[in-house]
Amino acid sequence: MLSLLGRIGRYATEQIAGMGRMFSFLMSAIFLAFRRPAKIYLIIHHIKTIGVESLSVVALSGFFTGMVMGFQGYYSLRKFNAESWLGSATALGLLRELGPVLSAFMVTGRTGSAMAAELGTMRATEQIDALDSMAINPVKYLVSPRVIASLLAMPLLTAIFDVIGIFGSYVVGVSLLGVSSGSFFAGMENSIVFHDVYSGFVKSLSFGLIITWICCYKGFYAPPMATGVSQATTESVVLSFVLILVWDYFLTSIML
Amino acid sequence: MIRVVNLHKGFRGQQVLKGVNLEFATGKITTIVGTSGCGKTVLLRHLNALLRPDEGEVFVDSVDIVKLPQKELYEIRAKFGVLFQGAALLDSMTVFDNVAFPLREKTESTATEIKKKVEERLEQVGLGEMGGKLPAELSGGMKKRAGLARALIMDPEIVLFDEPTTGLDPILASSIHQLIARMHATFGFTGVLISHTIPQVFDISDYVAMLANGVIEELSPPKTFRASQNPVVQQFIQGKTEGPIHVL
Ligand SMILES: Nc1ncnc2c1ncn2[C@@H]1O[C@H](COP(=O)(O)OP(=O)(O)OP(=O)(O)O)[C@@H](O)[C@H]1O
Ligand SMILES: [Mg+2]
Repeated sequence: MLSLLGRIGRYATEQIAGMGRMFSFLMSAIFLAFRRPAKIYLIIHHIKTIGVESLSVVALSGFFTGMVMGFQGYYSLRKFNAESWLGSATALGLLRELGPVLSAFMVTGRTGSAMAAELGTMRATEQIDALDSMAINPVKYLVSPRVIASLLAMPLLTAIFDVIGIFGSYVVGVSLLGVSSGSFFAGMENSIVFHDVYSGFVKSLSFGLIITWICCYKGFYAPPMATGVSQATTESVVLSFVLILVWDYFLTSIML
Repeated sequence: MIRVVNLHKGFRGQQVLKGVNLEFATGKITTIVGTSGCGKTVLLRHLNALLRPDEGEVFVDSVDIVKLPQKELYEIRAKFGVLFQGAALLDSMTVFDNVAFPLREKTESTATEIKKKVEERLEQVGLGEMGGKLPAELSGGMKKRAGLARALIMDPEIVLFDEPTTGLDPILASSIHQLIARMHATFGFTGVLISHTIPQVFDISDYVAMLANGVIEELSPPKTFRASQNPVVQQFIQGKTEGPIHVL
């Protein structure tokens, strides 16, 4: 009985200590990002990797999501004889919710997992120790530029997802199902306000932060062996997905 | 001068270092020998605080680096050049960029100065033609040499070499020894060397330290070391399986 309590206690302290480490990891990455010398060339490099790697998959998934929303929206709206609102319905759904969340998922799968694997391998092959021993802060060199880059790249990718998604639903709704092009855009123009765009923007920013934070942390502290790296990669993807959805709920509830 | 006082370090119940006391004389090369897995790399990693001890102190130029905050620690670390056992080259950049990396990150040198210095160092380790290759495209011995070039690029006061010649053919091994000796003669750094290349490494060492059973069993100049009556040292030099060191 006592040993069970002890084990629960130890588990709880370990978890809390782990959360504390994760949080201070994020804080030092952000803090070091503002310390000179600024690593502009690294930030540009990582924007390029994040953006280029994820662009095609974001565009593709945006297009298909938009097309599916065209069909589904048409099907539900027709029940109320409101097909002409298709444009507005898909655009709202994409801008506020699906755009940020799905493009964050795509970036996690495409870039986040690669980050975890790369940093994990660098840990296992002592490259992180080598940086440290050259008096180069590995968090500043490896993590901070990725954090900044993801903050810049994520909203852009989300915007691309949104636009292509709307185009997808236009293709289905207007070209395939015969909604009038005028009402598709007029409905969109009338119902979308700046706040919708803004909340999507805030979401994409914070998702970008979550992805680099979790994936870099998991990779950075991966046990130095092949299984450690693969486990860190898996964990980083799963944890990012969960945190994105949980954080999405909170943001939606306060920004509605 | 580096001084290690009563150093203890264990990993999850396995006690590796059990009270190491050792002084590395300034401007000299001290070689640490010992059986595989006895804790040489662990000891070396304490010298620039990549590992923190469970107990004990490490003094570098009379500063205790064990509890030093990061900023001051980085100032101390700037005095070190380190060759890791696995070379630890950054695998996303070419050999040239790896060797140039500390210069680019830590100095204001111009591109031409960097190019000249890096090419000179690569030439010295026999990798003159290999600058454009990625670490993954090199053999184990070539990685070691590239790591050596990187460790020496900043003209450090103290250089830590973790097995610079392991995995090299005998000819290359002695040319690396000569290179270390030549660099040492030029720059006069304090060298700490881990090596299994015995007895050749004795020729370039000023002192030899024997680590066994978690403590320093012997510290003496090579000549005295080879003649030592200490049964641990004799067993090790002669490579006997019977004796005070238990391996298997
Ligand atoms: N990070 C670590 N976690 C757990 N155990 C470790 C760690 N680092 C080293 N050890 C253990 O410490 C002991 C000494 O390891 P070390 O790498 O110092 O050996 P070594 O003397 O350098 O051997 P070699 O000559 O083969 O390189 C080993 O038994 C190893 O298992
Ligand atoms: Mg070793």
